[in-house]
Amino acid sequence: MEQQLLMGLRKTVESVLPIPYYRERFGAVGINKAEDILSLEDFQRLPLTTKEDLRKNYPYGLFAEPMENIVRLHASSGTTGKPTVVGYTSKDIELWAKIVAKELARLGVTKQDVVQIAYGYGLFTGGMGLHYGCEELGAVAVPISGGNTARQLMLMRDFGTTVLACTPSYALYLAESLEESGIAREELKLKIGVFGAEPWSEGMREQIEARLGIKAFDIYGLSETMGPGVALECPAQQGLHIDEHFYPEILDSEGNPQPIGERGELVLTSLEKEGFPVLRYRTKDLTALSYGKCSCGEVGWTMERVSARVDDMLIIRGVNVFPSQVEEAILSLGGFEPHYLLVVYREGSLDQLEVQVEVNETSFFDEVRELEGRQERLKQRIEEILGIAVRIRLVEPKSIPRSEGKAVRVIDKRK
Amino acid sequence: MMLQLSIFLENAKGRLAEVISLLAELNVNLRALSLADTKDYGVLRIIVDEPEATTEKLRERNVVVSLTPVWVLKVPDRAGGLAEVLNQLVKLDVVVEYMYAFVEKEHKQAQVVIRVQDKDIMEKAMKEINLPFL
Repeated sequence: MEQQLLMGLRKTVESVLPIPYYRERFGAVGINKAEDILSLEDFQRLPLTTKEDLRKNYPYGLFAEPMENIVRLHASSGTTGKPTVVGYTSKDIELWAKIVAKELARLGVTKQDVVQIAYGYGLFTGGMGLHYGCEELGAVAVPISGGNTARQLMLMRDFGTTVLACTPSYALYLAESLEESGIAREELKLKIGVFGAEPWSEGMREQIEARLGIKAFDIYGLSETMGPGVALECPAQQGLHIDEHFYPEILDSEGNPQPIGERGELVLTSLEKEGFPVLRYRTKDLTALSYGKCSCGEVGWTMERVSARVDDMLIIRGVNVFPSQVEEAILSLGGFEPHYLLVVYREGSLDQLEVQVEVNETSFFDEVRELEGRQERLKQRIEEILGIAVRIRLVEPKSIPRSEGKAVRVIDKRK
Repeated sequence: MMLQLSIFLENAKGRLAEVISLLAELNVNLRALSLADTKDYGVLRIIVDEPEATTEKLRERNVVVSLTPVWVLKVPDRAGGLAEVLNQLVKLDVVVEYMYAFVEKEHKQAQVVIRVQDKDIMEKAMKEINLPFL
């Protein structure tokens, strides 16, 4: 297996070597041609690629094919600076569709299914990635994109949607809106959800599954490496199967490779991608890998659900805090809505974390003592998990803004 | 026994006024009202004519409401009026969680809203002391 993998990796190295930026950096570690890589250790000597490298070469500097062979561009949102641009050849588009189709099929999606794609369409890869996968499979793709929730629910009923694809936070918002819409759950044929593009917790999955009455699956991907479909769960729901066209590594915070099973940052190398091959790309997503045979029969790499992104990490009083940890605490206690907001601010010279949580009918008690007790238990649970003191602020239902795409979980007022 | 509406109020400027205005919009007459507040939020407790229907309407407007059984006792509007009643209740093992009062000028009567710990004890006590209540 290692020989075959090495050949694939060498091919990717070979495809990027004509690009001056890579050639220079590879030369600096003594790798001037693909054949210089004799082992996985050699491969791990290659410098890592970061979002910053992509920005430095904006827009087309790291494309491995001339523009005449590129048939589509996608780009990240670029909220903090220039966007990162990726290009696809027609073969890349085909491969992407095949990967997503194969993964959807593993979940039991067939030609009979109607897939409502409520991911954004456009430069973001979410919408079109799922779309082409659906068409490849022969399922009905409904390119509704995000937003317009009332219409989403109406069409979900009228079109007989069986599969919903969107971010988990939007799925939850749809569930909440369904409860108020006058449309009964029995009128819907929905059975499967394919959710991704933001970190979510197991508790959030349980909420979505219970409220929408579906099986919810985690899909992973990022535009830099292709888009959605880099990995997707199987019916066993025990981790995401990484597609064979990607080679994963896990690094610690200093960038050192970690043994299988350790948690750290996921680094991906594409195999067989033409337009925009990536080499040891730092995803900034935290997970752990395993290799072997899943109960579904699939053999290969499996990654844990991405519980956090390096970028989402807050450092509060010197302690690392991830929004997903707070989510887990809120959902494990029950009685609160799975909508929350972390507000970080400074009081004097001390960082403070306020967690805003929505109360609902089950967590609200007429007796102030009871309510305070509940608030106190939540405070303790969060503090146990985070290791720092927090302030809990109970807010009214629906007062925390809902998202139709990626949810905003943090307001950092220290900046 | 009556049903009191308990409403969760987020600690935000103008929130109380908003909820009271919403009640006005819904044409709800507030017969009694009390506000409990903590550092972080408040609980507005009100007695209205149609507690269930009002609750329904408030929930439609995303207000968190719970219905709480309370007793509304008629107490003579004079010095010592309430003390007499409370002493009788205490003797009969009633534990009061909270209470608030309002006065009806026409009838020279004070009305006291009482929330007790144990409903059954209160029921028994009320039979025994034979006090008028709503």
